[in-house]
Amino acid sequence: MNLFCVGLSHHNANVETLERFGGDAEVNCLLRNSGCAEVLLLSTCNRVEVYAAAKSRVSTLDIARCLDRKIDNHVSPESAPFYRYEDAQCVRHLFRVASGIDSMVIGETEILGQAKKAYEAARSSGAAGRYLHRLFQRAFRVAKQVRTRTEITRGAVSVGSVAVDLAQKIFGDLSNCKALVLGAGETSEKTARALVSRGIADLRISNRSAERAETLTQLIAARPIPFRDWNAQCREIDILITSTSSETPLLSRTELEPMLRDRIDRPLFIIDIAVPRNVAADVNDLDGVYLYDIDSLQSIAEQSLAMRREQIAAAEEIIAEHVADFCKSISTGSRRAADVAEHPAVGDESLRPSES
Amino acid sequence: MDRLFLIISTACFLAAIANTAIQLRQRSFRPVRFNFLAVGLGFVFQTAFLSIRGHAVGRCPITNLFEVIVFVAWSVALFYIVIGPSYRLSLMGAFTAPVVVILQLFALIAPIDHRHPVKLAPNSWLEFHASISLVAYGAFALACIAGVMYLVQEKQLKTHQLHSLFYHLPPLTDLFAAITRLLWWGFALYTLGLASGFFVGEPLPWVQIICAVGVWVLYGLILQGRYLRWFAPKRVAALCIIGFSAALTLLWGITFTAQTHTP
Repeated sequence: MNLFCVGLSHHNANVETLERFGGDAEVNCLLRNSGCAEVLLLSTCNRVEVYAAAKSRVSTLDIARCLDRKIDNHVSPESAPFYRYEDAQCVRHLFRVASGIDSMVIGETEILGQAKKAYEAARSSGAAGRYLHRLFQRAFRVAKQVRTRTEITRGAVSVGSVAVDLAQKIFGDLSNCKALVLGAGETSEKTARALVSRGIADLRISNRSAERAETLTQLIAARPIPFRDWNAQCREIDILITSTSSETPLLSRTELEPMLRDRIDRPLFIIDIAVPRNVAADVNDLDGVYLYDIDSLQSIAEQSLAMRREQIAAAEEIIAEHVADFCKSISTGSRRAADVAEHPAVGDESLRPSES
Repeated sequence: MDRLFLIISTACFLAAIANTAIQLRQRSFRPVRFNFLAVGLGFVFQTAFLSIRGHAVGRCPITNLFEVIVFVAWSVALFYIVIGPSYRLSLMGAFTAPVVVILQLFALIAPIDHRHPVKLAPNSWLEFHASISLVAYGAFALACIAGVMYLVQEKQLKTHQLHSLFYHLPPLTDLFAAITRLLWWGFALYTLGLASGFFVGEPLPWVQIICAVGVWVLYGLILQGRYLRWFAPKRVAALCIIGFSAALTLLWGITFTAQTHTP
């Protein structure tokens, strides 16, 4: 049985090409008609890949034609830059994809969920059989091992998630924290949403334009605070997110210092994502105050990404071990299958789904 | 024979340190399992050592500086294991093991294991007073360890320099809660130890009493300052380190200068 993968990804194709070959609900049937015994389509915003097992070679062009949505753009199946991996290379590629090494953001874990969904869809439609079952079950195992044995997923890589990670490193459980969002811009909205997704229950929003604050409070279940009163909130809140367009700092050390006396045992985390900055830099010198501006958040995100890149070698080692082991077990299975054909009494146990 | 158990115990704690160092170097630290097992095994051998010593001297094995240091190391491990489950924090074991190793290596290497003639008859109040005070030292030691962890994490957050350790250390508020609880445990046990000293029925040197009360007042002030908001959490963490250093100095002073009053 020939195991292969044909696809396009963010490495070699633009959005237009990915859109054209995104596949659709009928693709499994089409692919089976093209001569594949088993087939699975993995389609995300960054990649379109077909994993298949076939008794005889199925050309890349045939697969491309099956995937073609025939959208009216200049790309054609013949000109699209499809890559193709066979046997061990195909196994290695899938293990890398599932582990997040091949992703645009190295170490992201969303791809594993998408691969699981794609596998489930192929399994329930009967398009995936025992070869792909073994391959994907192993891929999920490899991805889990890579995640636990390396730090490939360690650290946040976007400004919003860095801010949330830092908040969790200061407060632990965020459900008892109170946060104030000052300024109702897009970035502060994203950061506020990230905090809400991690359990912040008490969220307050203050903006010069009360109307905009009102809209945002309705969108993310927060309560509005009049702009003239936001300063006094510093006595109560744990997290302050500022992103106003003010040209001068809105919060100085001399203003904040007296307010901290009543809350000396509680840290205050300030995320200043405004340019120019809304909070004076020397506020960070106060005991219990942790001030991060957009530059420091971005720098941490870059550090995390660099740290993830350093982990690729360790992840590749784990993957190489599994590829060798998987290919060995497949070839043993194939030999046994051949024996079964000659001596039916032996029985083919090697590829039963329950074994994987 | 008893020293052999102590050497094995020290090796177990060293294994926990080595494991943490290797894992942090490989950036693949997985907390709890190995370190907890290593500390647990080290504790079993410590207990075996103290048990054999106790049988040999016919009383609680705190008759010289060597035994006192091992008893303190045992108390530290005891707090980590018994009190630990509710306060156990990522990397706490990794920070606890070096303290135990330093104490035990000092005890093993320094020429302090002298058998002194026991001048006093066994006195259950004196033994209770000494042992419960040393168990309190275990809680103070762990509060000191949590204090070090707090300061390390706080510095990284303040300076925006996040190292690999940052991702493994617990949140600041969790560490501060652990420091507070451990301070309460230590203070309560130390108070009990101090109060029981008045029932010993033997005259104790005034210098020792004043120093012991001084340590009690110091920890009382730290707790008072924490609740009356005199000190920020960072100061409380630093005071835990200062407090434990003072308590250790006192312990050394008491044991070294007053062998005659040991049970």
